[in-house]
Parts: sequence; C-alpha cells; structure tokens
Amino acid sequence: MTAAVQEALELGKVESHLHPEGSFDVEAHEVPKGREEIWRFTPLKRLKGIHDSAPFADGATKVEVEAATGVTVETVAADDAVRGTSGLVPTDRVSARAWAASTGATVVRIPTDTVIEGATVIRHHGTGSQTAGAGHAVIVAEKFAKATVVLVFEGSAIVADNIEIVVEDGADLTVVSVQDWADDAVHLSTQHAKVGRDANLKHVSVSFGGDVVRHDFTAEYAGPGGSVEALGLYFADAGQHIEHRLFVDHTAPKTKSNVVYKGALQGEKAHAVWIGNVLIRKEAEGIETYEENRNLILTDGAWADSVPNLEIETGEIEGAGHASAIGRFDDEQLFYLQSRGISETEAKRLVVHGFFNDLIRQIGVPELEEKLTSTVEAELAKNINTLITKDNA
Amino acid sequence: MSTLEIKDLRVSVETEDGAKEILKGVTLTINSGETHAIMGPNGSGKSTLAYSIAGHPKYTITGGTVTLDGEDVLEMSVDERAKAGLFLAMQYPVEVPGVSVANFLRTAKTALTGEAPKLRTWVKDVNGAMDKMHLDPTFSQRSVNEGFSGGEKKRHEIAQLDILDPAFALLDEIDSGLDIDALKVVSEGINDFRAREGKSVLLITHYTRILRYIKPDHVHVFVAGRIAESGGPDLAEELEANGYERFTSAAV
Ligand SMILES: Nc1ncnc2c1ncn2[C@@H]1O[C@H](COP(=O)(O)OP(=O)(O)OP(=O)(O)O)[C@@H](O)[C@H]1O
Ligand SMILES: [Mg+2]
Repeated sequence: MTAAVQEALELGKVESHLHPEGSFDVEAHEVPKGREEIWRFTPLKRLKGIHDSAPFADGATKVEVEAATGVTVETVAADDAVRGTSGLVPTDRVSARAWAASTGATVVRIPTDTVIEGATVIRHHGTGSQTAGAGHAVIVAEKFAKATVVLVFEGSAIVADNIEIVVEDGADLTVVSVQDWADDAVHLSTQHAKVGRDANLKHVSVSFGGDVVRHDFTAEYAGPGGSVEALGLYFADAGQHIEHRLFVDHTAPKTKSNVVYKGALQGEKAHAVWIGNVLIRKEAEGIETYEENRNLILTDGAWADSVPNLEIETGEIEGAGHASAIGRFDDEQLFYLQSRGISETEAKRLVVHGFFNDLIRQIGVPELEEKLTSTVEAELAKNINTLITKDNA
Repeated sequence: MSTLEIKDLRVSVETEDGAKEILKGVTLTINSGETHAIMGPNGSGKSTLAYSIAGHPKYTITGGTVTLDGEDVLEMSVDERAKAGLFLAMQYPVEVPGVSVANFLRTAKTALTGEAPKLRTWVKDVNGAMDKMHLDPTFSQRSVNEGFSGGEKKRHEIAQLDILDPAFALLDEIDSGLDIDALKVVSEGINDFRAREGKSVLLITHYTRILRYIKPDHVHVFVAGRIAESGGPDLAEELEANGYERFTSAAV
C-alpha cells in the first residue's frame, strides 16, 4: 500500500464522487467512451488514441533546462523512489498510461532554506513526431525553500504527462505551466500537488495553443496552514479545445485555497471547459476556499462550459464561495470607452486586456508578464478584425 | 464654433412589452459658448436625451434630427461623435476592470487627436487635471472607475473633460452624490472649461444647488419626455422655491 492510500484511509473514507479510487494499473481504468463524468466534455476522437492504447515513445519533445542558481535539475530512472512522493495516484487512464510508459523523470529540487532568485525554466519543444510522448516530472521545494519553476510547452507534439509537485513544510513555490503549442498539438497533463504545513503553492496554468489541451490540477494538504492559489489564463481559438479540471482536496484544518481561471474564446468551435471541484473534509475545520471562473466570448460560434462544485463535510469553515460567468462584451463598457473617442476595435482590445490584466499581475512572475501580455495582444490581433466586421454585419 | 441642434427628437427603448417612447419630441439649440441647464424630475427622460445624443445603442431614434454644425450626429458611430467634439459625463460612470486610468486617457487622447500625446507635457497635464479635481496622482494607476467612490467617479469625469477638451460637454447629473466640497471642486472644473474659447455645456440636473456655482444662460424644465418650459436663470429660482409641481401637473 502506498503512503498516499494509507493517509487517505486515516482521513476516513470519503463517499464523494470527487474522490475516485486511483490506481497505477492501466487496466484498472477502462478505455473512456465519452459518457463518463470525467470525460464527457473531452473530444476523445482528437486524442490520437492516447486514452486508449496508442503507443508511447521517447522523442516527442526536446527538453531544454535553464536552472536558476541553487536549483538542481536532473533526470532519474523511472523506478526512482521520488516518483509518487506527491501522493499522485492516477485517477484516469491517460495518467495511468503515462505513468507506466515514462522511461524516466525530470526532478527539480530546491534545497531546504534557500530562497532562489529568478525562475527555473524547463522548455519542451514538440518535435512534430506522430508518436505520443509520456512525460514525468517531480518538483520538490524542500522545507522553507522559495522558488519559481516555469514549464513551457511549444511546437507540435502529442503528450501525456504527470507532473508532481511537493511543497514541504513552510516552503513557498510558484509553478507555471505554459501551453503555447502549435495548432495541432495534443496535451493531456495531470498535475498533482501535496502542500505541507504552512506552505504556499501558487500554481498557474496558461493555455494558448494546441488542438486539445486538457489539464487536471489537483491539490491536497499534508498539514494544517497550507495555502494553494491556482490561477489560470486561456485563449481558445477556432477549433481549439482547452479544458481545465481542478480539484482541491482540503484534507487538513486551517488550509486555504483560491482558484481564479479566466479565459477568452474566439472563432468557430472554440471550446473551453472548466471544472472546479473543492472538497472540504470533516477534519478540514477552519478552512477558507474561493473559486472563480470567467469566460469572455468574443465571437459567435465559440462556447464555454463552466462547472464549479463545492462539497462540504464540516460546518466549521471560515469561508467558502464560488463564482462562474460566461459573458460577452459588456455594452456599457464599450459605450463608455467609445464615448471618449476610442474606436470599437480599440475598445474591445482594451476590455480584453483589462480582463486578463489583473490575473497576469497576480501571477507575479516578472519574466512572464510581458510575454503573456503580448501573447494576449497577438491572439486578439488574429481575430479582432473579423470580429468587428461580423458585429457590423 | 459649434452649434448643436436638436429638432423634434423622439426616442424609444425596447421593453418586455415592446417599444416604449421616452422622448416625445425634444427641440433645443445650443450655440457655441452657451451653457444650458436641463432640469427635471426623476424618470422624465433627461439621461435618455444625453445618451441618445452620445449614441448609446440601447436607445432607438424614431424621429427628429440632431446636428452639430450641420453634420448629422445620428449617422455617426459613438467614437465619431466624440471626435466631432461631443463629450458625455455620465450619471453612472462605468467600471472597466484592469484598464488603468492612465492607459484609458492616453488611448482616448490619441484617438481624438490622431497622434500620441507628447510624453513630457502629457504626464504634467494629467497630473494637473487630477490635482485640480483633488484626486491623488496614484489614481492614474487604478482601474477606470473600479472601486471609486461616487464622488471620485464624478471628479474623474471632470478631469477627463479637462484633458480631452471637447467642444461640447453633456453633463448628466454631475452633481449627484457629491458633498458640498466636492460640488465646489467639480463646479470649478466646469467653470474652467467654460472659460475656454467657444465651449458649450448642457448641464442636466435634478437639483438647483449646482446652479449656485454654475450660471446657465438658459434653463429648460424637462417633464415627461419633452421640454415643458424654457427661460433664463430666474426659471431655476422658481424651481428652487416651488419645485416641479406646476409642470408635472400640467403634463398629466
Ligand atoms: N429598458 C427600459 N425599459 C423600460 N423603461 C425604461 C428603460 N430604460 C429607461 N426607461 C424609462 O425611461 C424613463 C426615462 O429614464 P431616464 O433615465 O432618461 O430618466 P432621468 O430623467 O434621467 O431620471 P433620473 O433623474 O432618475 O436620472 C424612465 O421612466 C425609465 O424607467
Ligand atoms: Mg438620469
């Protein structure tokens, strides 16, 4: 029995569907057909078979590491004991298959008591290979360490991966995952964090490119006082499917979670899915949680699904709330800006810029801020002209 | 020079039970350099008049004309109207989250003049305008109207009037929600604007108290979607003394 399962048992059995039994055994996970709760939004036909039995091989991406001084980045064998230390147990077939198929793991370690300046960046360049790659990474911030780790995905590839995040007691870690893929990429990522006593994790998911990008981020707490901030920013273009599934499992008292995901959608069949699950267990007294998802639909033909879900098993909480919105441009905002002489195109650009701006600032990674702002601008530039002509038609 | 001519303007809004006529034939000419006050009870259509002139999409023009120096205003898009010289200070200024006042003002000024303002004088001008309205310079870094108090929103509108320098200012209840000190500050700002060459003002208000600080050339009483009576500043004094009753009872 793994440590994680033992721990779960100690916490007492949870009946919630939010807590499916995980398994490392691929065959314990049936091939999804599309009607399953966890797959019902995902276009299985476009997954190039990775949810079924398509083979994995190395070489889907080339990895480039820029480690900040004081951070060690190494590759270990697949049987290294570091794998699984976050408590990740695959709860779906893709994650289980990636776990079984990965031939090694990238381990990023921030030593105890060290505060790291600058970000450690791990770039994955898709090679265009038609064979899927299975990735595995473990990011460990040891006790009282502080650092920022950025994962960047670009180019063309089919990738399934498991990213484990271990934030030890008192540590303060920021992990940013940027999906800036080419139009044809498929990326299914399972990212799981274990947050220690009085530790802070800021997890950021940024998705721009890719044909299908599905990110599952889950977090659990290894002690009281831990805090998770999960931020997300996405921009879905014509034909793109971008899906984020979050699950914060409040397994310890006095823990906090704050989830804010914002996305813009434009073009025919641009689709975004956001599932925000929060479970507050019996033993999680005095916790605070808030989750929010906002979608801005820029053109006809794009649509978003947004499902917040809060399950509370204790009455002793500090605060719990959620908000979810799918909206179009606000006429009042556009009118106000235009009444100052600003053209409709420019007004829309400003509103979208503003929509993301607060979030970009909250990410708090200076190296990234400018790049994100300019990528948002570039995405808008792609479509804003058609957007205006459509509006006037 | 600019003359705004409103002739027999009729405006309706879409409601659940179909179109509802709000403006029932408004005729008004405002010449260059003049200040007109429009006074009327709640719901009489004052904001509708202001929004219709500015081009808010919610309102449907069903009849009449609006021209600025002979140019058809109703044919213009909202930003074209601003470029033609119109400015609307709103009764309820809109929040634009994530867009800083500085960015907003610079974008607007650039759009209006066709070129980016010179950096050195620009910062000075913006800070000066903020200062005149007793707004802290840090306001420039805040999101447009977000978290502003009612009074701050109004002072921010007048700071914009100062900076954007239109020919024609429509001020919709600029005095509502202001305490007496803020009212004085805002009135001073409006009077500074009026002191500039050829500026026209349409001052929409419910109360007479702002008219103690801003002396209009003409006063119009607005009731049930049309002008019930026009006169000089003495008409405002009558309203101050007797209220709208004489006009509202006549309109029914
Ligand atoms: N969407 C709408 N549906 C129905 N009635 C509307 C709608 N919009 C405006 N009205 C009505 O139009 C009338 C005029 O509104 P307007 O805001 O122009 O009045 P106002 O004179 O500015 O009032 P106030 O002094 O309260 O600012 C009101 O009776 C209002 O209820
Ligand atoms: Mg009004």
